[in-house]
Amino acid sequence: MFPESLRFSVAKSVNQGIRWLLQTHGSAFDSFSSGILGLLLWVQGRLVSVPWWGYIVIVAVMAWIATRKIVPTLVLAFLPFFIGMFGLWGLAMETLALVITSVVIALAIGIPFGILMAEANLFADIIKPILDAMQTMPSFVYLIPAMMLFGLGKVPAVIATLIYALPPVMRLTCLGLQQVPKPVQEAARAYGATRWQLLKEVRIPLAMPSILAGVNQTTMMALAMVVIASMIGARGLGQEVLMAINRIDVGRGFEAGISIVIMGIVIDRITQGLAKRWDPNRR
Amino acid sequence: MTENIIEVSELWKVYSKKDINFNVEDEDMIESLDVSGDSVVAVRNVSFSVKPGEVFIVMGLSGSGKSTLIRCLLRLVDISWGSVRINGQEITAMNKRELTEFRRHQAAMVFQHYGLLPHKTVIENVAFGLKLRGVPKKERRERAAETLKIVGLEKWDNYYPASLSGGMRQRVGIARALVADTPLLLMDEPFSGLDPLIRREMQEELVRIQEELHKTIFFVTHDLDEAMRLGDRMAVMKNGEIVQIGKPPEVFANPADDYVARFVQDKREEIRKTDEQMAALATQPEKAVNNDVS
Repeated sequence: MFPESLRFSVAKSVNQGIRWLLQTHGSAFDSFSSGILGLLLWVQGRLVSVPWWGYIVIVAVMAWIATRKIVPTLVLAFLPFFIGMFGLWGLAMETLALVITSVVIALAIGIPFGILMAEANLFADIIKPILDAMQTMPSFVYLIPAMMLFGLGKVPAVIATLIYALPPVMRLTCLGLQQVPKPVQEAARAYGATRWQLLKEVRIPLAMPSILAGVNQTTMMALAMVVIASMIGARGLGQEVLMAINRIDVGRGFEAGISIVIMGIVIDRITQGLAKRWDPNRR
Repeated sequence: MTENIIEVSELWKVYSKKDINFNVEDEDMIESLDVSGDSVVAVRNVSFSVKPGEVFIVMGLSGSGKSTLIRCLLRLVDISWGSVRINGQEITAMNKRELTEFRRHQAAMVFQHYGLLPHKTVIENVAFGLKLRGVPKKERRERAAETLKIVGLEKWDNYYPASLSGGMRQRVGIARALVADTPLLLMDEPFSGLDPLIRREMQEELVRIQEELHKTIFFVTHDLDEAMRLGDRMAVMKNGEIVQIGKPPEVFANPADDYVARFVQDKREEIRKTDEQMAALATQPEKAVNNDVS
């Protein structure tokens, strides 16, 4: 056994730290919280203003652009229909708003940071262990403090989703930039490209397939997080799953679960298809 | 004022995993670099000069430092020691901005593996150097289109490099270098990846372009045929050093050492065989020769 004399606990200081944050910077967290909530409600408002058949049309058009095949387009356009038939349309919209808001914030942070990681090795060395922690830390560990700092409901859900879904887009942006062939970069430098021109004209366009794969991964992970986020009071499909579990209502849980799967498949196929369209090597 | 467009003196390039403070006077140190596993002396005390309008060939086996040497001229790799003057400007003393300006206006490079941008069309690739300089879109398109005519690819302007053959891609690479309108053209084994027939065609095309434009061309190759066909003067490199400089026929006739001699030997053998075959043909009866021709 590990010697008792070497025992050292940080649990107490972490607790005190969180309490200190709450007491001294509580109002800052509150205003941050209301900012995120505003954005979330705005997104949700836009989503709700589109009628249900509008989504079928939007999904069909995007699926066509992404796949250029009749059958997958029809299947993808028809799938959301099931969500409505299960009577879960409203909850699905709330989930979608949560996913979209989280993904937009994740991309706004993740892509620039990914670029910085590729440009500065020291920065990458510092960030990488943090990303590892974000991906392996059990989500309940940060779900509770997030709830303490940002209150119950959707805002801590967005924060928790961010922590969980941010790493893939950052990693894949960085990886994509690093994998741009050296001869192509050398040619651009030989013709007098500055660092910024090299990034804008050569590296980012050529890293685009990888960056878009990161966007896809981040979206998928955000969707996976919504069930867990419902435990801290975020409404949506996750809440339905949670309720079904509590009542041991397998059928109801199945409907909500299938609805999440449908959203996942539709979003995944569309973003993947768009990523492929973007691939310069496929033209 | 210098008469030479390129003047390289006592140039050294050391690739090293460790940070080293390179100094030519320190012979012990150079010796230790040669012995150690994590450093390579790629270019070793190289000096030469190239006159305007000259086609200067650097020949050597792979690993002889010729590709590193051509990269030193644009400072695409850091120079360890020595001086590189191009058009009277000292490359090693330039700051970042001066170096960018220099690369944009003084020299254009053609690469063995083309180095084309796969996400840009042929005409966008050709216009790329002009775009970096900030030439307005309309003007750079016009100039790129004109240059594409020189290399015979005017009909391919909106294709992507992936749909072009190797020879055509290198034509795009050459057009990209020509449109920059620089006095100096650097070519790093531009035709090595092409099959022999296309290579021959491209060499002839380069000769034609050179007759028209009178550039100074610094040309790296491992092919003696190519050196003989294109070069006004040539340098032979071995282990980072230049072992002989001269006009190609001189090098061919009087190789400076065994290494150069081995290089030209194959070629001599080839010529001897052709001579023998020609002689054999000449001694054959008239009828047989006629059959051959028809």
